[in-house]
Amino acid sequence: MTVPPKVRLAGRRLLQAVPALLGIIIITFLLTRALPGDPAVYFAGPAADAASIAEIRHRLGLDRSLPEQFLTYVGDLATGNLGTSISTGQPVLQEIITRLPASLELTLAALLIAVGVAVPLGVLAATRPDGWVDHACRFVVTAGVSLPTFFTGLALVYVFYYLAGWAPAPMGRLDIISLPPEHVTGFYLIDALLAGDVAVARSVLAHLALPALTLALFTLAPIARMTRAAMLQALGSEFIRTARAAGLSRRRILIVYALRNALLPVVTTLGMVFSFALGANVLVEKVFAWPGIGSYAVEALVVSDYAAVQGFVLTMALLFVLLNLVIDLTYTLIDPRLGLEE
Amino acid sequence: MHAPVPASIAAAGPAPRYGWLRHLRHVVTGNPVTGVAFALFLLLVIAALFGPWLVPYDPLATNAAAALQPPSAAHWFGTDQLGRDVLSRVVVATRLDLAISVAAVALAFVAGSVIGGLAGFYGGWIDRVAGRCLDTIMAFPLFVLAMGIVAAAGNTVENIVYATALINLPFYARMVRAEVNVRREAGFVQAARLSGNGGLRILAFHLFPNALPPLMIQVSLNMGWAILNAAGLSFIGLGVRPPTPEWGIMVAEGANFIVSGEWWLALFPGAALMLAVFTFNLLGDGLRDLVDPQRRT
Repeated sequence: MTVPPKVRLAGRRLLQAVPALLGIIIITFLLTRALPGDPAVYFAGPAADAASIAEIRHRLGLDRSLPEQFLTYVGDLATGNLGTSISTGQPVLQEIITRLPASLELTLAALLIAVGVAVPLGVLAATRPDGWVDHACRFVVTAGVSLPTFFTGLALVYVFYYLAGWAPAPMGRLDIISLPPEHVTGFYLIDALLAGDVAVARSVLAHLALPALTLALFTLAPIARMTRAAMLQALGSEFIRTARAAGLSRRRILIVYALRNALLPVVTTLGMVFSFALGANVLVEKVFAWPGIGSYAVEALVVSDYAAVQGFVLTMALLFVLLNLVIDLTYTLIDPRLGLEE
Repeated sequence: MHAPVPASIAAAGPAPRYGWLRHLRHVVTGNPVTGVAFALFLLLVIAALFGPWLVPYDPLATNAAAALQPPSAAHWFGTDQLGRDVLSRVVVATRLDLAISVAAVALAFVAGSVIGGLAGFYGGWIDRVAGRCLDTIMAFPLFVLAMGIVAAAGNTVENIVYATALINLPFYARMVRAEVNVRREAGFVQAARLSGNGGLRILAFHLFPNALPPLMIQVSLNMGWAILNAAGLSFIGLGVRPPTPEWGIMVAEGANFIVSGEWWLALFPGAALMLAVFTFNLLGDGLRDLVDPQRRT
């Protein structure tokens, strides 16, 4: 059989995601069933008596054996049944699907800003080690890892909302007077532009700016640090010396030769950055009352709405695996060295 | 009366200690940033140990007459919505915040070292099972996993510690596994085995100490992250309950007053949090200089 090596590599990477998925499903299952504390009590809510708890235990199948329960759980997942939220009475899957675009819009906007600032910053810092850009880069990196996201968010709210009055109140994605744009992608910014409604688009952008900036400041640090290190390594290697000796322009050496090679380790560390970003997303959503799945989970945690929390953890983990998968597949496809050795 | 100490012992005893101290002094004075980090670290330790006796007010005493006052000579950091002194609360909170993260990092360190050591030394199925479990933990966004654990196991401070320990564990386990694995067949290990040491003894007393220098740096860098995680969890309402003074929950309470301009409620606990994280990050870099001069950045 002659399968192109790239396709085979991509297929192997896809297969590698299977154990991760299995592990995630097992852990989210164990989180409800095997830990101390009675899930029936959580699912029944705070006001339940012994009889209704017993009834819920039977209805949830908690009186059966663990393997049996696991099979039921996997079956439920396969049909998209994540249970019902006790606080809103809605199916958890439904709520997560309606709220997911808000979280994705925020996270992706933040990542775009972070990459857009961090990569040039890292490149400039590496070209002039110990120059002022390098010092600025080091400062940003140290501050970025030390600042709690929720604190940065509050500081930005104080400065730009209370003092300067430039930003709208940190209350969700839109003004109260504006209607959300017609649902196409669920990303308000894109939807508003598609609908041609400039006023709504401006309002969306104004509401998005501070939370996205907060999250970006947090994710910027690891990307800038990695870019700087990878660029330093690339610039010090022999093919750069050769390119210099051959008289290539400085710009061509920097962008085409060094950056292209340096980006590969940066892309692989993006996985870790996603892990941080998805976690920090929860905190940012709480600060800005952003109606995404993070604030949904926080509200659910307060009232011990366990089905909702479990659905949230599962969604976040699946999202994380998916993002990593996309990154690795892109990496496999764009790296010309992969697949040649075999 | 003291018996005269033989000169050779007197010379052999304190000499290495002096050398280490001199090296420490060299590092601290050579890099002023590290010196600052050590000073800040001492400040945090003092606040954690003696905080309750140093503060001017009872951190729980409410005073409705003096609610929401901006910083003044009487209340350096102002007062909160119940008239409690913010300075006192910030200082007293140091102990709880540090205790949570020290306990979590210590647990992660011990458990990670055992798992990583066994996996790296014995290899085979232990290594595969341990590796698979660690990969599964890492397949989650770590903060989200911690949220899920605390929600499932119960909303208590102990569970915050366990959850933070669990999400830190893979970093230690992987590091110890790598360090042990590299030296598994080294000459000194074979010599130890030939002189009749058992496997576990070799692992604990011959191989594991070699992993300690990089582990110490990891501990310091990890402490900052653990503090951030624990504070983040209490910020969203997990673990610590009001009115207990804790930085994360104080920022969360202060957040409601930011939009009306009362900045001091959230700023000071947030700044304390930032300072603690910053201290441990700097200390980690300083420790790296101390134990491993070659990897200086």
